[in-house]
Amino acid sequence: MPDTILGQPIDRIDGKAKVTGAARYAGDRRAEHPAFGVIVTSTVGRGTINKVDIKEAQAAPGVVLVMSHENAPAQAPFKHAGDRHARPKPQLNGARVHYYGEPVALVVADTFEQATAAARLVRVSYQTEMGAYDLAGNRRFAYTPAELVQGKPDSSLGDFDKGFAQGAQTVDATYTTPYQSHNPMELVASLAQWDGDRLTVHCATQLVDAAHHSIASTLRIPLENVEVISEFIGGGFGGKLPIYGDAILAALAARQLKRPVKVTLTRQQMFSVTTHRAATIQRVRLAAGTDGKLTAIAHEVMSQSARMDEFVESAAASTRSMYAAPNRLTRHRVVPLDMPVSDSMRAPGDAVGQLAIEQAMDELAYKLDLDPVELRLRNEPTEDPEKHVPYSTRKLVECLKRGAAEFGWDKRPSVPGTLKDGQWLVGFGVAAAIRGNYRRPATARVRMDENRHVTVEMDMTDIGTGSYTIFAQVAADALGVPIGQVTVKLGDSSYPQTPGSGGSFGAASCAPAVHDACMEIKKKLDAGQGPGNLQAEVKSAPGEEFKKFSQYSYGAHFAEVGVDTSTGEARLRRMLGVFDAGRIYNSKTARSQLVGGMIWGVGSALHENAVVDQRYGLFVNHDLAGYHVPVHADVPAVDAIMLAGFDGKSNEMGSKGVGELGICGAGAAVANAIYNACGVRIRDYPITPDKVLRGLMRPANLAQQR
Amino acid sequence: MTVDVGLTVNGVRHDLKVDSRTTLLDLLREHLGLTGTKKGCDHGQCGACTVLVDGVRKNACMNLAASLDGRGIVTIEGLGTEQALHPMQAAFIEHDGFQCGYCTPGQICSAVGMLSELKRGLPSAVTADLREAAVDMVEAEVRERMSGNICRCAAYPNIVAAILDAGKA
Repeated sequence: MPDTILGQPIDRIDGKAKVTGAARYAGDRRAEHPAFGVIVTSTVGRGTINKVDIKEAQAAPGVVLVMSHENAPAQAPFKHAGDRHARPKPQLNGARVHYYGEPVALVVADTFEQATAAARLVRVSYQTEMGAYDLAGNRRFAYTPAELVQGKPDSSLGDFDKGFAQGAQTVDATYTTPYQSHNPMELVASLAQWDGDRLTVHCATQLVDAAHHSIASTLRIPLENVEVISEFIGGGFGGKLPIYGDAILAALAARQLKRPVKVTLTRQQMFSVTTHRAATIQRVRLAAGTDGKLTAIAHEVMSQSARMDEFVESAAASTRSMYAAPNRLTRHRVVPLDMPVSDSMRAPGDAVGQLAIEQAMDELAYKLDLDPVELRLRNEPTEDPEKHVPYSTRKLVECLKRGAAEFGWDKRPSVPGTLKDGQWLVGFGVAAAIRGNYRRPATARVRMDENRHVTVEMDMTDIGTGSYTIFAQVAADALGVPIGQVTVKLGDSSYPQTPGSGGSFGAASCAPAVHDACMEIKKKLDAGQGPGNLQAEVKSAPGEEFKKFSQYSYGAHFAEVGVDTSTGEARLRRMLGVFDAGRIYNSKTARSQLVGGMIWGVGSALHENAVVDQRYGLFVNHDLAGYHVPVHADVPAVDAIMLAGFDGKSNEMGSKGVGELGICGAGAAVANAIYNACGVRIRDYPITPDKVLRGLMRPANLAQQR
Repeated sequence: MTVDVGLTVNGVRHDLKVDSRTTLLDLLREHLGLTGTKKGCDHGQCGACTVLVDGVRKNACMNLAASLDGRGIVTIEGLGTEQALHPMQAAFIEHDGFQCGYCTPGQICSAVGMLSELKRGLPSAVTADLREAAVDMVEAEVRERMSGNICRCAAYPNIVAAILDAGKA
């Protein structure tokens, strides 16, 4: 019997609901006499709507409402400033078209089939304008954003040019990463229902509190008149941080029709109506002495932003804290394009930033004729090199060493192209991982009844992360009751306020609140009250530790890849990640998140690429047949090890973020393994067979295939 | 246009009048309230809507309800309940073969159908010997045959472990 249930690999407490189909996601919600809404989206990338001809659609069988900007109810105006995800999100709000695939009409009918058919009958004519859709081609329009989530857009220390000139070996390389689409399996959907002037919206959102504010403010109704429910969410990955047209349009239509309305985006619409990860162009310059110590680091990033709504892909932010070097430079620039809105996607900034910097480190290791693990070990800083504060905890060295030992890194071929397995050239790759650790204020309510049954309530969400389970573990541990005696209720705006699921801050923010509320209950029990009718509501917030310490979680990825010498196809053969994320609340669900993140990294290295049609600015491969994500056949043995740890500076429970750490650096490990396998260095992600084959065909590489 | 459709779903007979455009998926979800079967793409690209039609796995979104008159459908709700889990459902919980759970009903129905394909000796792209009466349940076969079921949380290693475990029984 373990001392505590905290950290134990217990099964998810919502597991039975999920495997039997009983778990209700937004689109599963049912209502009396519902109507179904289907969104019509723009077919130009930039322009103005001349006319929305709804006559034919309106006359179609079953149609009860057709809404466009010509007849949509007035809503609060869109705001650029303020809490990004809590802002008003007015829909069908004007004739202006900002991007291809923007909602321009809503068709509501008695059935889904009728609405789908009638949506095709809406005729929209446009005054089309020339749009800008190409990131590289529009780099002259790049500007410096005011700020990043992590601080200033630019940073410098020492004299980069001098430090770069001092290097015995240097790397000066440009890496490009494509647009990516979150594509959670659950389609974004909302069911809106009015009861007098009170609105209930079942929607798919990671941030219930932000959705609550966004919906109420858009409709200009009091916050207390709106309830947002998101009990189960079918994956988020950042794609459900904002709310979208489905929620607002369902609410507007339901109010007008006086009946519940359900609006679900199609998979194709998910690519443009919801957000995406911006494409980037990143220049990395590294210099090191013959001793392998970096003398200079520069990481300069250019990323796409929607012209209508700025978002900065902060790809170089963690580079400021990762390796020691006296001379440093980071820059972020944004190129406004007439593209859909970019936003956070699993490990925003870090995921793509480390595709670049961790491949550059590999390139430098080869130039120095140094093991890439050893290169990283030699550049371990003693404090945060730019913030000049200590790390809260940092076990990168242990991650690298443990991973190298467990993976069998000593069997790595030191010369690329020398390890063969039939038609395959085999290579090993390593990359380090770093992800900012965040914490936000959160409030939890805990109740205990006369049978000592404990109920935890928060507007927090479980997007697959395991929130339901770990908060039950925290409560069971704090109050000394069996886990079966704890009920966790999440995903309802009527529960106490939390930051929700995003930025890997959910557990670190909410677990302390649950713990503290349980301690209040315990105090009452100790004072002789209860056990029945006990309640405590406690807010827990970060303190000065986030200023006094540099806070990150860390990891090291080791990948073995095979490259087919005749097709150029790269396939993952096995992968191991070792991670330092402080205290782990549940080693089963945390491992699943880390492994899932690593596989996302594999996808970013080999598969994912939302291709822009440069004529119209649309993502041309906007479905799951065209936009490739890893599937079963792409994923062999992938495992994650979590180092035992406790980071008391992060929060008093000692945990750090897990959900985004796994993807950080993972793709670079695959890219580096491809180079190790066949001597082909591809800096333009994803690394598809055509690119590898072109490299293999070069004379220098043909020699390695013998 | 409405059509008459008679289906047996999870052992219960339903005689319905439906729009001829109604897919099996929308019939299950919107007409019968069986929302365990999920809509992930509506185009046969993700597998979230996989159900068993007369024991054979099918994407419910790719089958018009009208084309299934007289057929027997088993959905995730018919496979097992929270009180009496199907061994595949239990194995998914034990191996943490899901995170968000949205693709899970499809993965589980697909896995059950897939195991019967192995027993019946239906070959896949990775089957070495096409003459065998039954195909061995090995990891490569499972991964190949389950590739029509996308899991964006990427619980793949755990899903495969769950299937291999449940399949042994």
